[in-house]
Amino acid sequence: MASKVTSAVMSQGLRVLGVAIRTEKAVFALAVVASAVYGGMTVGSAWALGWATQNLVLPAFQQGSVASGAMWTGVFFIVGAALLKALGVAGRRILAGVLQYRMQARSRRDVTKQYLRLPLSWHHRHPTGQLLSNASADAEAAWAPLAPLPMAVGVIVMLVTAAIAMLFTDLVLALVGFLIFPAIAVLNLIYQRKLSPLATRAQQLRAEVSEIAHESFDGALVVKTLGREELETERFQRRAHELRDANIAVGRVRGLFDPMLEALPTIGVLAVLAVGATRLSTGSIDAGALVQVAYLFTLLAFPIRALGWVLAELPRSVVGWQRVQAVLDATGSMEYGKATAASSGPAGLEARDLSYAYGEAKVLHEVTFEVPAGRTVALVGPTGSGKSTLVQLLARLVDPDTGRVLLDGQDLRDLAYGGIAESVALVPQQTFLFDDTVRGNIALGADTDDEDVWAALRLAQADGFVARLSSGLDTRVGERGTTLSGGQRQRLALARAVVRRPRLLILDDATSSVDPQVEAKILYGLRDNAEASTVVVVAYRMATIALADEVVFLDHGRVVDRGPHEELLARCSGYRNLVTAYEREEAERAAIEAPFDEEEFGEEEEVSA
Amino acid sequence: MTTAHTAQTIQRDSERSALATIRRGLSLTPEFRKGLAGTLALAVIATVGKIIVPIAVQQTIDTGLKDGTPDLPYITNAVLICVAAVVLTALAGYVMNVRLYKATEASLATLRVRGFRHVHDLSVLTQNTERRGALVSRVTNDIDQISTFMQWGGLMIIVAFGQLFVATVLMLVYSWQLTLLVWACFVPLMIALPRFQRLLSRAYTTVRERTGDMLAAVSESVVGAAVIRAYAAERRTGERIDKAVNANRSAQIRAQTIVGFVFPLTEIVAAVAIAGIVLLGVHLGLSGDITQGRLVAFLFLVTLFVSPLQTATEVLNEAQNAVAGWRRILGVIDTPADVADPGEAGATLPRGPISVAFENVHFAYPGGEPVLREITLEIPPRSRVAVVGETGSGKTTFAKLLTRLMDPASGRVTVDGHDLRDVRFSSLRERIVMVPQDGFLFDGTLEDNVRYGKPSADRAEIELALTELGLADWLEGLPAGLDTPVGQRGESLSAGERQLVALARAYLADPDLLLLDEATSAVDPATEVRLARALEGVTRGRTAISIAHRLSTAENADEVLVFDGGRLVQRGPHAELVREPGVYADLHASWISAAHV
Repeated sequence: MASKVTSAVMSQGLRVLGVAIRTEKAVFALAVVASAVYGGMTVGSAWALGWATQNLVLPAFQQGSVASGAMWTGVFFIVGAALLKALGVAGRRILAGVLQYRMQARSRRDVTKQYLRLPLSWHHRHPTGQLLSNASADAEAAWAPLAPLPMAVGVIVMLVTAAIAMLFTDLVLALVGFLIFPAIAVLNLIYQRKLSPLATRAQQLRAEVSEIAHESFDGALVVKTLGREELETERFQRRAHELRDANIAVGRVRGLFDPMLEALPTIGVLAVLAVGATRLSTGSIDAGALVQVAYLFTLLAFPIRALGWVLAELPRSVVGWQRVQAVLDATGSMEYGKATAASSGPAGLEARDLSYAYGEAKVLHEVTFEVPAGRTVALVGPTGSGKSTLVQLLARLVDPDTGRVLLDGQDLRDLAYGGIAESVALVPQQTFLFDDTVRGNIALGADTDDEDVWAALRLAQADGFVARLSSGLDTRVGERGTTLSGGQRQRLALARAVVRRPRLLILDDATSSVDPQVEAKILYGLRDNAEASTVVVVAYRMATIALADEVVFLDHGRVVDRGPHEELLARCSGYRNLVTAYEREEAERAAIEAPFDEEEFGEEEEVSA
Repeated sequence: MTTAHTAQTIQRDSERSALATIRRGLSLTPEFRKGLAGTLALAVIATVGKIIVPIAVQQTIDTGLKDGTPDLPYITNAVLICVAAVVLTALAGYVMNVRLYKATEASLATLRVRGFRHVHDLSVLTQNTERRGALVSRVTNDIDQISTFMQWGGLMIIVAFGQLFVATVLMLVYSWQLTLLVWACFVPLMIALPRFQRLLSRAYTTVRERTGDMLAAVSESVVGAAVIRAYAAERRTGERIDKAVNANRSAQIRAQTIVGFVFPLTEIVAAVAIAGIVLLGVHLGLSGDITQGRLVAFLFLVTLFVSPLQTATEVLNEAQNAVAGWRRILGVIDTPADVADPGEAGATLPRGPISVAFENVHFAYPGGEPVLREITLEIPPRSRVAVVGETGSGKTTFAKLLTRLMDPASGRVTVDGHDLRDVRFSSLRERIVMVPQDGFLFDGTLEDNVRYGKPSADRAEIELALTELGLADWLEGLPAGLDTPVGQRGESLSAGERQLVALARAYLADPDLLLLDEATSAVDPATEVRLARALEGVTRGRTAISIAHRLSTAENADEVLVFDGGRLVQRGPHAELVREPGVYADLHASWISAAHV
């Protein structure tokens, strides 16, 4: 935990502040000016009060009269100082906000720009939760010290002005101030150092408590069906109690330091009164000066703590900044060529010697096959055989480690940016809908008219339920929109693909949540579509496989065999085992029921295992 | 029981007044009420510390500086007494703070745990009336808001009132005319503050909304990474994100601007008050109505008005949030659990195979058409039953009623002759276990997740369970075997693998009735067949009910229940049903065509 204020963290933290200052020079400069006005005028208002005491109050009591001119001068000083101070406070606060929120927004835009730019393989290596918190919590933490920063600068101005003012007023009283104010600053620094790790821990526990609640409520059905409510409550309670204790630990430190920080300036004022009285008796100062210094002490007591706030935020800021910076420093991108793909007619596809590894684990080995234009090929293989990875290579979401993917004979890497998307439409296994309307999700910003959208919805068998949605095409879907079933979401994703009239359509188990009857309608619709495209489909279901002209059978990342379904069935035992598992089971069952065939069943099982 | 059936929804905001909310909230937190009087007394003592300085100033000037010559021994004594008082009040402040933190944290932890437990006690239907995230907020953010308020805002209110009160009392002792003047200056501000607070509250609400938009937009660039690339939608997504980020920034700056203008207003008013005090005070002094020390003390007393009023908008805002937080957490706790555990009074099922009966059961989801009608059936112990039907035929509802995730609108469900509503949950959940279609896993290892079915199981027992289910080969193929981390919600595993773990988890729980709701739908065909065969062996002697998504499950069952449009339309062994024309024969035909082509 980088929660301790070490000198390394300090210097790093100051560097981060330096970045913000350089980026938003004008705003920072104005904020500092405003804050300096505030700092100066805080001292000024004490001075005005001292002046009024000396020139108005004391004469009135001692001489029994006051010049009315002096009266209005006093009012002018007091109110004028306050107005300027208020202006300084407003400027300081607003500009600090502008500074902080601009930097925050800048980091967020830069980070998400990287997310969009970096290749998908980079995304595969980073957990979703981490990337989301880089753009939200970390970007916020990085710039959190900017909020109190201008005030801290203002306080420094204030302290210097106050020191000068006190020195001019009386050396001995100034000495009291020089003892008290550093003491407050040091005490506050100790306070923040003690508080910071405890507060970080409480924050961490808050996140953990929230995580447990999230997980537990997400799994509510499992908890219920197994009757584990008590167990879950205990799990939650343990963490909730840790959080309680952590918060109490924070409270103890706060409870100790807050009253001390309030008492210290009060004791300072009392010391000023005691010392001031002796100075008065020797005639070294007048009563106005005494009031001025005492008042100054009460005014300075609170702002001086701002220095501690900036320092307290620095460790969190450094961590946030480093995490943001790690994203911004990430290198690698997809390079695009200049070639354009053909604009009409089904595309021909060829995979040549494709290999791909996630880190050490090689998932595809020299995969080679071709899909002639206009044909349909099914990719079949057991779970984990590399089908989804292969599909990502075919649409150039990732580039192969070795080998090439050719679209109409052209290497995908030679095509210009956007060229592949114009020709190829992939429907991934995991449906993703944008936080947008049905229309927006299907057109994706293209100038598609509603007729085409409806046609695509019809082809995806989605027109029925979309028509029944409260606002039809304008219904908001996605994370925060209308709740749709898995099958409905898949059909929207499919419509998004077919509306572009792709020359190559790739379906990665894209109808798994759709009812078999509806799936069949979709598949027949796609096949009989006038503007037929080339289709690559990942599937388990026999009905789907049967629609394909050819099957590519993958196992452990290798093409084991390819050819028409019937041929593979005849010559490839692995393929046969996979796709006929249900049929064989029936046959075996029939065998069990016929008592004499029992031995045969035993052998058969060994083969299939 | 009546046929009118509405699911209990979790109470929303606005149903209780703020006062009633706080009263109810306090009644649920005895830890907070206990010792509250003592804490408040200490807070008052701590507040009194604030007027020490003005008194000391007044004493020094009036008594100590009589005729311009300081009475040093007197001043020294006065200062020493004041220092002692300061130390004492600081001590009171320390004790008060610690007591406050302990009491609030203890009471809120209790409330938090209680709310969490109650969410689990609510029926599935009630839970589903609210998004999971919103439910989580009720036991996290909402409680945190109350905690912040109790430890800062609430304290500030007490301190503010105390401070204004003691300051005013002292002022009245010194001069009623000047007191009137000070109040006249501050009253308009006090009247205006709630208005500013509303303005600010609206601005903060906008910030929260924009932050939500921003987070949603940002998450698209991560969660939708594949689709964005596949459709070359980087530019469009980038623009949408920038727009959301900038809108969030503007909202934040706007809120900050309001704070920036409201906050220093108090200082201006205070300056006007001070100027007024000087003007009027000098006049009063000339006519001998006030001493110079008292007049100067007034200047210090005015500063006591500043901090309570400066922070007032923020405190009011927090108070509002805290009351809303109270309402939301109480909304959960006060929502009755409509599928309730009879507890101690309930029946305990003896071990052994279970029989089930449905007696004229009806069910409808709130505000919807009936999804089950007139279901009457019996399932004898040890039987193997397949439930079939098209999507929406009522199969899953049947399963939920049988496991008492919901209660029927009318009619009754009995197990071993006991009405399900009379069976203790501890017994029911032990004897009857359902495996839902979505294999939800907890973040942890595969072993942890299987053990969830039987917390006392050791590693050997878990390995044995997996072997008995025919999953030993699969387990060996995993890089870390039982120690394989499954990731959040099990997302490091494929959907099929998650289902395998969920099945093993239920099997380890060793129920007498196992109910599978399409529990192997995402598993590849070869594995599924192996699994089905293993299950057949291990469920021998138990009652087993499967909601089937494929033919062979039905073929192997002792009896098939065919649902259509919420009714049980056919029942009997596969061999018989397949020969009669009807729903089952049609389903069978479509299965055959899908599997065999």
